[in-house]
Amino acid sequence: MSTEVKTKESLFSKKNQQLLKDPFNDNNPITVQVLGICSALAITVKLEPAIVMSLSVMFVLAAGNVIISLIRNLIPNRIRIIVQLVVVASLVILVDQFLKAFAYDVSKQLSVFVGLIITNCIIMGRFEAFALGNGPWKAFLDGIGNSIGYGVILIAVAFVRELLGSGQLLGAQIIPLSWYIDMDKGTGFYANNGFFLFPPMALIVVGMIIWAQRAKNTKLIEEN
Amino acid sequence: MGQELINLFVKSIFIENMIFAYFLGMCSYLAVSKTVKTAVGLGIAVTFVLVITLPVNWLLENYVLQPGALGKWLGAGFEEVDLSFLSFIMFIAVIASMVQLIEMIVEKFAPALYSALGIFLPLIAVNCSILGGSLFMQERAFGTIAEATVYGLGSGVGWFLAIVAIAAIREKIRYSNVPAPLRGLGITFIITGLMGIAFMSFMGIKL
Repeated sequence: MSTEVKTKESLFSKKNQQLLKDPFNDNNPITVQVLGICSALAITVKLEPAIVMSLSVMFVLAAGNVIISLIRNLIPNRIRIIVQLVVVASLVILVDQFLKAFAYDVSKQLSVFVGLIITNCIIMGRFEAFALGNGPWKAFLDGIGNSIGYGVILIAVAFVRELLGSGQLLGAQIIPLSWYIDMDKGTGFYANNGFFLFPPMALIVVGMIIWAQRAKNTKLIEEN
Repeated sequence: MGQELINLFVKSIFIENMIFAYFLGMCSYLAVSKTVKTAVGLGIAVTFVLVITLPVNWLLENYVLQPGALGKWLGAGFEEVDLSFLSFIMFIAVIASMVQLIEMIVEKFAPALYSALGIFLPLIAVNCSILGGSLFMQERAFGTIAEATVYGLGSGVGWFLAIVAIAAIREKIRYSNVPAPLRGLGITFIITGLMGIAFMSFMGIKL
């Protein structure tokens, strides 16, 4: 009993803060752990779906981490993948029905990618690597931290692609319309780079982010 | 009919490639593409599972989940039943159990293949391209089970091509002088982006 009191730590101890902060940089789920890329890239054409997607993943990951962590001692090891999938799938159904009810347009834009949160590797990855071995509060912090790390990259990529690709942010025109080249009047000097709206540019933007991050944080550099 | 199936097959390999057009299955694509040999193993396993799960999920979608689907064989009393909100959990359950079943069958009858695929088989349950295939099948509402099977086969072959191609490039890139911060993950992303641009040239083809 006494040892338990000794090892008990405050809710926001150094270690717990680390759980929240690590995924920003040293342990970012997308650029370092290589998790959750599948759905991350396809929905970054515009800022709005990217934000909705980050919030959905945050809900599923935090709630799922807590649930798995609560039942971690009851799950037989052999069937744990199926148990995890059932937990995620039920949470994702909740998110999907919620989006269909309250944000129908965004839910149409995200199409199959809401369902694909189930197989988003970030979720299974965090369940396996963290929630199965830690208590609920820590698992909750880990879930929030990782989904923020995921959301930051998603929003950064969507910001670049929407701004350069269509000159807008969240659907509002950012580049002044008078800048655009107008053939009839012979004015303006700017044109949208429509190429940023195509899927391959998402990969290249993420590649650039990885480049910038590793140039700053040299301990992340790989051998080959 | 036959011509339509061939069109669908070619379209799902090249124009709607799982990796280059939809980024599905990227996690294992990036993690397992260091050597060609393992890439071939994973590619075959993914194709195999797609070909088996898509027809099963098509049957489930058309005879159980769709609004009114139960009425087709349980009588008029069930015509109003709409179970489509259950589709995620049903699809993933089918995929996970199929993967488990295939694992057991392969272990029993083809031990050599089993040891070659070994660790990859269980991982496939959480490969986004498998569930993605089923969800696209649902969204596009294929008319026949043959279409669903051909779509599964085409998507699998497309995924196989993509992972083998990137693995071959990564084997060669070991001898190039890549800037240090780009090594490994960064350059793989950029190369995949360039390959995606190349695959975009198929987009104009109307089949």
